[in-house]
Amino acid sequence: MLDRTIIGILISAVAFVTVYAITPSLIKALAKRKMVVKDYNKEVATMVTRPGGPSILAGILASELILYVFFPSTEILAIMITTSLAFLVGFADDRKVLGGWFKPLALAASALPIILLGAYNPHLAFPLFGSVKIPELYLGLIVFIIPVMGNTINSIDVLNGVASGFMTIASFALTVCLVIVHHYDIALASLPLGFVSLAFYKYHKVPSKIFPGDSGALTLGAMYGTLSIVGHVEIIAAIALLPAVINSFLFLSSVKRIIEHRQIKANPVVHTEDFKLMASTDKSAPVTLVRLILANGPLTEKQVGFVIFRLALFSAALAIITSFMMEIRI
Amino acid sequence: MRGTPIFFYIFVMWLLIIAGGALIVPIIAHISIQGFGKLDTLIDSLVKAAIALVLVIIWILIMSKIKNWIFHKQISH
Repeated sequence: MLDRTIIGILISAVAFVTVYAITPSLIKALAKRKMVVKDYNKEVATMVTRPGGPSILAGILASELILYVFFPSTEILAIMITTSLAFLVGFADDRKVLGGWFKPLALAASALPIILLGAYNPHLAFPLFGSVKIPELYLGLIVFIIPVMGNTINSIDVLNGVASGFMTIASFALTVCLVIVHHYDIALASLPLGFVSLAFYKYHKVPSKIFPGDSGALTLGAMYGTLSIVGHVEIIAAIALLPAVINSFLFLSSVKRIIEHRQIKANPVVHTEDFKLMASTDKSAPVTLVRLILANGPLTEKQVGFVIFRLALFSAALAIITSFMMEIRI
Repeated sequence: MRGTPIFFYIFVMWLLIIAGGALIVPIIAHISIQGFGKLDTLIDSLVKAAIALVLVIIWILIMSKIKNWIFHKQISH
């Protein structure tokens, strides 16, 4: 146990310091190559560098490789390979705009290493009622989870600091849940995700110096999804992600098809004269989490972010309660 | 507090997930289809997958109804 604690501290520090140290250089390099996008929520025209995915992936790989040296396992290999593949999918999308269906399909393919390495247990565990063995169905579930988690995190990356801050809360909640259900090795492997997100938040929070881009958001989402599979906490992980799930659900149920955010014709959020965010009154605009938060009146970008973080904390609490319920049988 | 209906919506979603477990584990998981020889496992899985799919669709419909009910005011605005 002491070994695990020391390694846990070491990989957490490596994950945090790698992203904290690399990101400023990445920002400079991206700015030099004019890889910038407009931040539409700023009163003064502001260009922000993108994508931050490379520093996020560097932090994850550096820490997971150290963990693998001390505790080699197929689960850690699956985490590293699937996360890297998801990064490549996102990076391709960052460089060249790809079709709406390309990302889900490519992310589904990213999940294949989990199956090929056999880093899964085909049981789906439910709170209070036990688990069900679904050998064939579980393969489909693996291929389903990675694109869904990746795109769910990508879809909540709408305001400064939201995706990284949200992932920080969800990831640490997942680590706590994994400890509660006694999956200590995967709990250890999940630590870098929280620390990488936290370090990236430093540069992503209002006012953002860098955006994660698709490469960053898909990397975070795919790693979260892989952890949920190899840690056998699929339901718990989904609960911790409920605010982001709601955002995707609201969006899909209002546009009724899979499209990219950039394809939306009517913006769900507009600006007031003092450049606060305000819910659009355009009936053709999609319903999103941010639009609902703003339904009672305008807020600043930072205030909306904090409402989303409070929702994330609430879901994290529900996920932790669910973990305790896994130990109870009716 | 800002976003109170969303907190409520998350809570309802959580309850529905728990309720889903109550249906899937004690009832659907115990369904056993036999009499097709070597195809038993495949047909058993397909039937369970079909039931799971129907449950997911019902879950989405319920969430959609609850969404309209909870957020009716906001959406109509």
